[in-house]
Amino acid sequence: MSGFFNSSIGRKYAMALSAFFLMFFLLQHFAINIVSVFSPGTFNEVSHFMGTNPLIQYAVQPILIFAVIYHFVMGFVLEIKNKGSRNVKYAKNHGAANSTWMSRNMIYSGLAILAFIVLHFIDFWFPEINTKFIQGDWSGTLEGVEGYRYFEELQHKFVEPWRVGAYVIAFVLLALHLMHGFTSAFQSIGSTAGRKQTMQNIGKAYSILIPLGFVIIALFHHFNH
Amino acid sequence: MSVLDSKVPKGPIKDKWTTYKDKIDLVNPANKRHIDVIVVGTGLAGGSAAATLAELGYNVKAFAYQDSPRRAHSIAAQGGINAAKNYMGDGDSTYRLFYDTVKGGDYRSREANVYRLAEVSANIIDQCVAQGVPFARDYGGLLDNRSFGGVLVSRTFYAKGQTGQQLLLGAYSAMNRQIARGKIEMYNRHEMLDVVKVDGKARGIIARNLITGEIERHSAHAVVVASGGYGNVYFLSTNAMGSNATAAWKIHKKGAFFANPCYTQIHPTCIPRSGDYQSKLTLMSESLRNDGRIWVPKNMDDVLAIREGKIKPIELKEEGRDYYLERRYPAFGNLVPRDVASRAAKERCDAGYGVNATGEAVYLDFASAIERYGKEQAKIQGISNPSKEKVTEMGEAVVEAKYGNLFQMYEKIVDENPYKTPMMIYPATHYTMGGVWVDYNLMTTVDGLYCIGEANFSDHGANRLGASALMQGLADGYFVLPYTIGDYLSDDIRTGPIATDTKEFDEAEKEVKDKIDFFMGNNGTKSVDHFHKRLGKVMWDKVGMARNEKELKEAMSEIKAIREEFWKEVKVPGSANEMNLELEKAGRVADFLELGELFAKDALIREESCGGHFREESVELEGQQKGEAKRNDSDFAFVSAWEYKGEPADAILHKEQLEFKDIELKQRSYK
Amino acid sequence: MKLTLKIWRQKGAQDKGKIVDYKVSDISEHMSFLEMMDVLNEQLVNSGEEPVAFDHDCREGICGMCSMHINGEAHGPDRGVTTCQLHMRMFKDGDTITIEPFRAKAFPVIKDLVVDRTSFERIQQAGGYISVNTSGNTQDANALPISKHAADEAMDAAACIGCGACVASCKNSSAMLFVGAKVSQYALLPQGQVEAADRVKNMVAQMDLEGFGNCTNTGACEVECPKGISLENIARMNRELVKASLIKF
Repeated sequence: MSGFFNSSIGRKYAMALSAFFLMFFLLQHFAINIVSVFSPGTFNEVSHFMGTNPLIQYAVQPILIFAVIYHFVMGFVLEIKNKGSRNVKYAKNHGAANSTWMSRNMIYSGLAILAFIVLHFIDFWFPEINTKFIQGDWSGTLEGVEGYRYFEELQHKFVEPWRVGAYVIAFVLLALHLMHGFTSAFQSIGSTAGRKQTMQNIGKAYSILIPLGFVIIALFHHFNH
Repeated sequence: MSVLDSKVPKGPIKDKWTTYKDKIDLVNPANKRHIDVIVVGTGLAGGSAAATLAELGYNVKAFAYQDSPRRAHSIAAQGGINAAKNYMGDGDSTYRLFYDTVKGGDYRSREANVYRLAEVSANIIDQCVAQGVPFARDYGGLLDNRSFGGVLVSRTFYAKGQTGQQLLLGAYSAMNRQIARGKIEMYNRHEMLDVVKVDGKARGIIARNLITGEIERHSAHAVVVASGGYGNVYFLSTNAMGSNATAAWKIHKKGAFFANPCYTQIHPTCIPRSGDYQSKLTLMSESLRNDGRIWVPKNMDDVLAIREGKIKPIELKEEGRDYYLERRYPAFGNLVPRDVASRAAKERCDAGYGVNATGEAVYLDFASAIERYGKEQAKIQGISNPSKEKVTEMGEAVVEAKYGNLFQMYEKIVDENPYKTPMMIYPATHYTMGGVWVDYNLMTTVDGLYCIGEANFSDHGANRLGASALMQGLADGYFVLPYTIGDYLSDDIRTGPIATDTKEFDEAEKEVKDKIDFFMGNNGTKSVDHFHKRLGKVMWDKVGMARNEKELKEAMSEIKAIREEFWKEVKVPGSANEMNLELEKAGRVADFLELGELFAKDALIREESCGGHFREESVELEGQQKGEAKRNDSDFAFVSAWEYKGEPADAILHKEQLEFKDIELKQRSYK
Repeated sequence: MKLTLKIWRQKGAQDKGKIVDYKVSDISEHMSFLEMMDVLNEQLVNSGEEPVAFDHDCREGICGMCSMHINGEAHGPDRGVTTCQLHMRMFKDGDTITIEPFRAKAFPVIKDLVVDRTSFERIQQAGGYISVNTSGNTQDANALPISKHAADEAMDAAACIGCGACVASCKNSSAMLFVGAKVSQYALLPQGQVEAADRVKNMVAQMDLEGFGNCTNTGACEVECPKGISLENIARMNRELVKASLIKF
């Protein structure tokens, strides 16, 4: 099988597998975050469970990290190889005639998402890792805050307009990335399901609703803190 | 006459091939490794021959002028391939295919060759299916057949409208397997410019690398030429732009006799020409005649009104239409053989009934087929009293499933929807039955020099039936040549490799280089195409569908004049040491300019009408067949094989008398 | 009509090449694109210049020889056609048309608009066949029924003419539509299934070796393919390769 993952198709396959994992992750991330809009208490409960459950922390989280890194690194590797496959560029190329903007610019939407993830890590993930793994505080509480700290921290981050703006832009690009990526992943693993109308509709719904949901969450907390 | 020995084996016709194969000399597998064979041209015949020779163990060097064997013009054959499988149970048999082919060829082919062709035809289908050729199938999973012109059974296997493509890709895949094994050395973008003879035997070729311009020497123990037909002598034909007669003509100049050049097939269903810029003509598969009805208006008023756009063809009522094929040939109707259908179209157009601006087009109408299929579908789907629109819709769907790609092609070219208005068609040069003379072994009059496929003259007589070209190409390549060549090569097991640093190669190479240098150095004023177009016009006007003595004589002298002017005035830009498409064309047109004259000369001496060759002086004057072509068996039941003697006009005629022991010579009647 | 043509001229493989402007007039809308090029070349020859080299042969859309990237699209703006079937009625009087060779590292330019597509040949040689002895007898053609559906689907995949428009249109210069079509044709037929695993492995390995890019499912190839070869063939090839890699011999 190692030969398989070194082949062009194998890499494409692995990109799709990591994409499926990431899309699933995004879905559950959204499910938890949207709770914050309706019930801060439940949000805190779920966040604490996710943040402290050993299975999630020691099994799922490393897989996620691997998937994120693999998806990005391989994305760049393939992009560079693909660019190199045409050493002389066309003087005139009419890409819009045969493909969507989304499909042709995955690298740019991907880069924007990468920038967002860096910001997102600085905002949430690094502090979280610092608290739990370096300072050893697994309590999920914060001085001066009643109950768990998660909701408080979340609201706090969406005070500054520039950050909310950055999030909104990033989610628009995520939507564009998913518009191609969702059905493309099916094609890559050899399934023609992505070409069926139903799956295309599901893909469209997913690509628009999830990022839109995240945008709503950010705006909600911005205006309601 | 002694030079022409057809080497047909003795015995009853149905046993000839089997008995012969049992007796011929073979080369032992270990020795085949020491024998090289050159195959020039990699279409159906050349490709299948190269693959099979390599499979048997010979070292094959194959040459193609395109960048891949898959591009050969066999790929353009649309309709299908005949085989006497009798899967339909409609009375087909080897004998019937043999009979139909000899009759269809107007009794001008060699019986033994044709019988062998019919005999191996069934095996071709088995072979191709094993190779993964996706022939059309019925719902039970078995192979489907359709019928073609000139026969009364359904024996044509097909792969949509791309049968030639699929068969060629099959042969190509077989070649690829041998290339991967190292048994075939493939020379793409190479053109053979001469054959090299050593002690009277073909021992190699001179080829030009079309990318670098380098002149190369290649040696072998035998040379097989499979370079296709010479239809491009007309400039406009359904052949590919690059299809040429150079390989065949060069071997003719080195001693191979050229047979029956005047037998040319004018295909009845091509898209009419639209202007002077036209570079080639496009064929619409003959299979369309299964469902299309051919007609022109009955009255001259309607013809003029249609030409001026005052009325549309669909507005013309049934009684105003002349379905001339159904009228003249009630038994075969629209499915008469190609030569008959073409001449009938010409007859109507010459009489002024052509339906387009140039006056050279007739209608091919699918309206009644659409209606028939629509009603059939309604019955199948249990719709009672379907509306006219519903019937049309369902009928069009059936027609689309059968001929969709052809209809689309037509619409792209002509910009008219053939589902809604009848197609316009007109005959065009399509296939050349004539070619290099070969004996029963497919060997030319030069030892060790073979010629197969359309390039040879052998199996179709004076007219080829539809779906028989693919059959012949593959039969020659897969099943005939690989056996017969062994008989010759069995003498060569001790010869060893053929050296290329000999004086024979030196001379041949010099001759080739001199000609190229001439072209590059000639300070002419006119392009190669200029001369090619002029040649084509003379050929079409005077050596086309109907010929007569006066015009043939004129054609000979006019072609000679064009040739002389060509050598003075031709201009070839660029240099010889690079890819130079004009230089390639110049060499090819130079050969056409000689071939064209021999063509006219051959047509001149054949003072009878037979198959694709129609002499206006030789028609039935009375009776039921009045106006039909009149064959003359007592004086012309021979193959004319021409020996090169410098100028085409000086060529010497050798006759191979044709004997018909198993088929009675009859007038071909499709009435 | 009158047209301005911007054509890529390159003397040979080593030459750098550049776009050169030409003017043609008296172009009829019924001409095919290549007939328009013939007019230009006749004009060039008559004025003592070297004509533009381009590949072409059958001029009826089946040999796959003609190429050309016209106004930014392989085989030009029309759908379901090769360049030779493209008609001038797709253009307007006064138009400027940019004509370039198919571009890919695996398709190096030989001269002007002529490119070297022998990388396709080598992929086919790596396994694009069924290993059947062409010189002998095989079983009867009807001994093995094949469902009409599978036969039709195989035929659709086999309709590929190997022109390379898929590679030229793909932003990654990927050859997967071409290879997928060939893998599919054989994978769909029982005759081809015997060697299916080796075939797909070898053909994909050769494809990678030739320097084609990787498919990112933009679907440009399917749109530009003159024969309408479906993207489903790429999905099938992906499946076939996974299957083949899971099977150990």
